Amino acid sequence: MNSTVVTYLSQSKELSAAIAWLSKTLGFDANSLVSFLVFAVVCLIVVGVMATIGGLGTYAERKISADLQMRMGPNRVGPYGILQFLADGVKMILKEDIIPSGADKFTFILAPIMCMVGVFATLAVVPFSSGFMLANLNVGIFYLVGMASLVGVGVFLGGYASNSKWSMLGGMRGASQIISYEIPSTLSIISIVILAGGLSMGTLIGGQGGLPHQWYILHNPFAFIGFFIFFIASLAETNRAPFDLPEAESELVSGYHTEYSGMRFGLFALAEYIEVFVVCGVAVALFLGGYNVPFDLGTGAIFTEKLGLDSMLSQNIGQLLELGSFFTKTLALYYVVIWVRWTLPRLRVDQLMTLCWKYLTPIALFNLLGCAVWMYAFDGKSIYSLIFETAATVGGSH
Amino acid sequence: MSTFNLDVYMPVVILIALALLVAGGSMLLGSVIRPHHPNKLKETAYECGEEPIGSAWANFNVRFYVVALIFIIFDVESALMFPVAAVFKKFNQIGLGGTLLLSVLTFVLVLVAGLIYCWKKGDLDWVKSFNTPQANLAKKDK
Repeated sequence: MNSTVVTYLSQSKELSAAIAWLSKTLGFDANSLVSFLVFAVVCLIVVGVMATIGGLGTYAERKISADLQMRMGPNRVGPYGILQFLADGVKMILKEDIIPSGADKFTFILAPIMCMVGVFATLAVVPFSSGFMLANLNVGIFYLVGMASLVGVGVFLGGYASNSKWSMLGGMRGASQIISYEIPSTLSIISIVILAGGLSMGTLIGGQGGLPHQWYILHNPFAFIGFFIFFIASLAETNRAPFDLPEAESELVSGYHTEYSGMRFGLFALAEYIEVFVVCGVAVALFLGGYNVPFDLGTGAIFTEKLGLDSMLSQNIGQLLELGSFFTKTLALYYVVIWVRWTLPRLRVDQLMTLCWKYLTPIALFNLLGCAVWMYAFDGKSIYSLIFETAATVGGSH
Repeated sequence: MSTFNLDVYMPVVILIALALLVAGGSMLLGSVIRPHHPNKLKETAYECGEEPIGSAWANFNVRFYVVALIFIIFDVESALMFPVAAVFKKFNQIGLGGTLLLSVLTFVLVLVAGLIYCWKKGDLDWVKSFNTPQANLAKKDK
């Protein structure tokens, strides 16, 4: 299995030729230089695509909410208003930036950057396809959980630094909500780690297959409940409705970013929308089969075999199929997140804490134990294969 | 086929640098082209038109602190569970799954005991005063 972009690309002749040429002209081994350049370019592409997805996320949010409420939504800028996010971006850059005189200036500036760093750093392990993963770290999911919690620090700092009561309330709520909901989401991640037997994204997705019965969500009943716990907790962690208490606009003006205007607010919004995508991607990777394509089409071996294509070309086709599979599932989940936001009313603070500590955490702990017992009792076989085996033995005895 | 002995964390560093670049760049671009006419009224904290009284950095509800304390216990727990979870499958294959399962069970049960203790003590209720003995007595009197 190809782990990162560079190892994947190094199979092509062009890259080796480029390395050889560079080594010759520069007079030293250019391997590291080329891989650095490849990483830099691919990171730029990923960041660009993610920023566009974040921008389109704001557009999708407004358009879908308009649909659900029988309105038109943005329809002036570009066809169907699809360029609205660019207009918003230009407006944000042009808007006057105000820092309140009572604010802690350094922290005020630091907070949105913290959010951006936390979200962008998580992009390194998002598994777009088996070859298109920036870094297949051996601690993949652990790293992701750690980096994602930087966003909580950013939210709290933003609320604290503004020296405004609305912001302070929002920041406090944000901090307590994000840290509380980290527990159930981490516990349900651990239960999947038990099933997969590894922390890297490659291992986690490699244990699943392309068809739904091979996914971890249908592996056993505990993982099935675990998916919903993870999804609910992720909604809360990204401050999405019905858990958008930190920015509850009808009670806290706009919560932790009340005092932020212009591009600093834009950075918060961009970070939030990219984080939603990352969280959906992780849910897909852990529970919904990740980038796997049905019938092993992802390796591309079948194209070489049946159609006689060049092996690199068929591998590329396989990668494209995997990308398609990942993005289809992730964007479908993204739609569900937006759908939930415009369907369900917001929770109260005490309900939020009750839901986390009295319902989700005990259920997640139970699921964790359940998955461990399942692994021990059934040797890690999925419920589907168990039924299949039982049916085969019953059928055989007749 | 070439080998790359590059640190796998290279993309992480590049991505963090890019995040700083995007954030810093957009702020810098903005500072060149955006208007800047500050006045005293603009720079006050927003309180729906009222003049803010006092600083927002005042004493805060202790509930948030209790939540943070409970969180730390469970966060450390999940951090300690990760390595066990990662090797569970391998241990199970070589026949040591039972030992590992037992240790996981013990570990989680101790924590569950802690959770039940917090629950009984009312630390998981957001509004604790509803459940104090005095409040319960008052309820009975009615």
